[in-house]
Amino acid sequence: MAAVSSAKSATPDVSSRAGSTGQGSPNAVPEFSKEQDLVAYRDMLSIRRFEEKAGQMYGMGLIGGFCHLYIGQEAVVIGMQMALKQGDQIITGYRDHGHMLACDMDPKGVMAELTGRKNGYSRGKGGSMHMFSVEKGFFGGHGIVAAQVPLGTGLAFANRYRGNDNVSVVYFGDGAANQGQVYESFNMASLWKLPVIYVIENNRYAMGTSINRSSSTVDLSRRGISFNIEGEQVDGMDVRAVKAAGEKAVKRCREGKGPYILEMLTYRYRGHSMSDPAKYRTREEVEKVRGEQDPIEQVRHRLLEKGMTEDALKKIDAEVRARVNEAGEFATNDPEPDPSELYTDVMR
Amino acid sequence: MPIQVLMPALSPTMEKGNLAKWLKKEGETIKSGDVIAEIETDKATMEVEATDEGTLGQILVPEGTQDVAVNTPIATILSEGENASAAKSAQPAPKAAESTPPAKEEKTAEAPRATVPAQPKALPDPDVPAGTEMVMMTVREALRDAMAEEMRRDPDVFVMGEEVAEYQGAYKVTQGLLQEFGVKRVIDTPITEHGFAGLGVGAALAGLKPIVEFMTWNFAMQAMDQLINSAAKTLYMSGGQMGCSIVFRGPNGAASRVAAQHSQDFSSWYSHIPGLTVIAPYTAADYKGLLKAAIRNPNPIIFLENEILYGQSFPVPKLDDYVLPIGRARIAREGTDVTLVAYAMGMSYALKAAEELAKENISAEVIDLRTLRPMDTETIVNSVKKTSRVVTVEEGWKQSGIGAEISARIMEEAFDYLDAPVIRVSAKDVPLPYAANLEKLALPSVGEVVAAAKAVCYR
Repeated sequence: MAAVSSAKSATPDVSSRAGSTGQGSPNAVPEFSKEQDLVAYRDMLSIRRFEEKAGQMYGMGLIGGFCHLYIGQEAVVIGMQMALKQGDQIITGYRDHGHMLACDMDPKGVMAELTGRKNGYSRGKGGSMHMFSVEKGFFGGHGIVAAQVPLGTGLAFANRYRGNDNVSVVYFGDGAANQGQVYESFNMASLWKLPVIYVIENNRYAMGTSINRSSSTVDLSRRGISFNIEGEQVDGMDVRAVKAAGEKAVKRCREGKGPYILEMLTYRYRGHSMSDPAKYRTREEVEKVRGEQDPIEQVRHRLLEKGMTEDALKKIDAEVRARVNEAGEFATNDPEPDPSELYTDVMR
Repeated sequence: MPIQVLMPALSPTMEKGNLAKWLKKEGETIKSGDVIAEIETDKATMEVEATDEGTLGQILVPEGTQDVAVNTPIATILSEGENASAAKSAQPAPKAAESTPPAKEEKTAEAPRATVPAQPKALPDPDVPAGTEMVMMTVREALRDAMAEEMRRDPDVFVMGEEVAEYQGAYKVTQGLLQEFGVKRVIDTPITEHGFAGLGVGAALAGLKPIVEFMTWNFAMQAMDQLINSAAKTLYMSGGQMGCSIVFRGPNGAASRVAAQHSQDFSSWYSHIPGLTVIAPYTAADYKGLLKAAIRNPNPIIFLENEILYGQSFPVPKLDDYVLPIGRARIAREGTDVTLVAYAMGMSYALKAAEELAKENISAEVIDLRTLRPMDTETIVNSVKKTSRVVTVEEGWKQSGIGAEISARIMEEAFDYLDAPVIRVSAKDVPLPYAANLEKLALPSVGEVVAAAKAVCYR
């Protein structure tokens, strides 16, 4: 397949594409070095293989409850992560496995939490939607749509209070973008010039409701205009575009210029959750995005053009699979939490 | 006839005020809308505008007079043609000292709600060293001092909420904090409860120790998701990795004549939630000692205050660092015949009822819960073992209320000691009405507590 030059063809519903609400000029996508492409390839593939494994284990009954897979959206978190530094904070909603892996959390601990086991990140008490790692700067993992937005704004508040130069990156979806607390947060973040980047992962469906059926205005990058928060739409299927936009936004934030909105135009291949038959969209639509815009295939194509061999890529693939399988094994065999854990961690 | 200018009521709970300053002299012409005086309430200094035209006839209450009861005539305004001597004969000037606030009158069941507080009697506080000097202090001052002391002690503590900074607090609880700690630590928020509650939790997850003031707890319903799903549950959901040290505080329950949407006791709502600690004190000393403890506590705390109590004074121990243990009830009055279990404003009814009951030779023990979650069951049960009869008192509703919880615990842990079924005195099962008479009927009263206590004593 060909490298994708634009998100336009696959996103007919949202026709005016990438550009800043401030300047309106489309951003040229900077090239990646081979090394950068390799890092992006490995990291995105790790998320995809992990999610495929999680889907498989869900089917086997090893994972229960809600399980929201990130497949298709990998370029968003990986590109953003490439723009951040140690000390920055990440917070997101319930489609959070990709973010945790991007934050370098251990896939074994993540998978063991999905299976509700003792060595899961939350000792089996949080599950898919509620995982955290203070050490890695990952602040969850929040199950209530948009609740993470004021929380992440609070992380930014804490950074400013302490006078450090850390930035908080708050992810939420196109569905969450219609919650009131998002705008309450925008108002305070702009009023107080908080170092926060709002990354709207617009995968076009809020559960089963397409953005056109749920949103009076569909250019979500402009949702901050009333609060004097600039934003831009970014091709969220191209990891290079994400990284470039992320770096620009992070720089602004670190300079004390206040919040910024990045609307990532992306797509999830799987249903909203494991139990979603996804009847609200056609198989052709999914296949078209997957065939023309897949974030991993884009990088793979570039790597081949830059002289990587199929064999070398297969080797990476095998390494990634081995690590994911190891996580799957671990999560399958790890014991359930001790019954005494029921009453721990309610209060400190 | 000269027109009388009366001491105005400038807030729903105001009963008296200080006449700070006269801005017009006797004999001066007054137009409608002119500011004629400044009145200090317990919340603010307010300007009094004339609503009538004429000449200021006589000033009946000189400036500087303290504690002038609402509706006391403070001046007369003469219409055209009237003279000052007419005014004098029409209205003998009451001396300010005689303008006794109604609160001081001895009433029982019919006493207005906002009165001089009933003080816990006889029992020395076990948390206070013997010989400690006690100073009279309002609940409002106690809360402010608690916050100021903790902010001096720990730079991670800050306070945020609507009107907490420049306005000095909607109820003046945060008075002076902006001046001492500056805009970085005393933060006026927009009217955005859901947003700033969540922002506070986020800051707490990052390790700061916010005090989030809700102007009243009624408005916190807009923020309920952040209090419960984010603040209360994150520690558990993270396997103990990430918790939040945060205090949510503000006035709870019925104030006075503000009707249903502004008059609700949320005690039982929050005390239902594992992960939350719920504190609802009565005395100024407890407000101070428990707020300090709450700010230091590493968990999310729901701190329920009471607007009517804000202006009431209690003895507070003069100690450098008065911190009380959370989760311990106190026996506010010892007794042998019946146990009255109450908290917050309920204590005012319970203590007055105990006085009344004493006159009829019924010895009531009064327990002030102070903390609702965790609830100090042991203190209740020990008292039940002694008295065998219990009445609970609360301003919340009966169904699924604090009284229901206390009753169930007594059944589970002290059933065999009971000589009568527990009776719950609570708010009536209606939204709180506005009309003064209906409001009084809807809330618990001393009379109801007395009647319930007699009933469980079969008297």
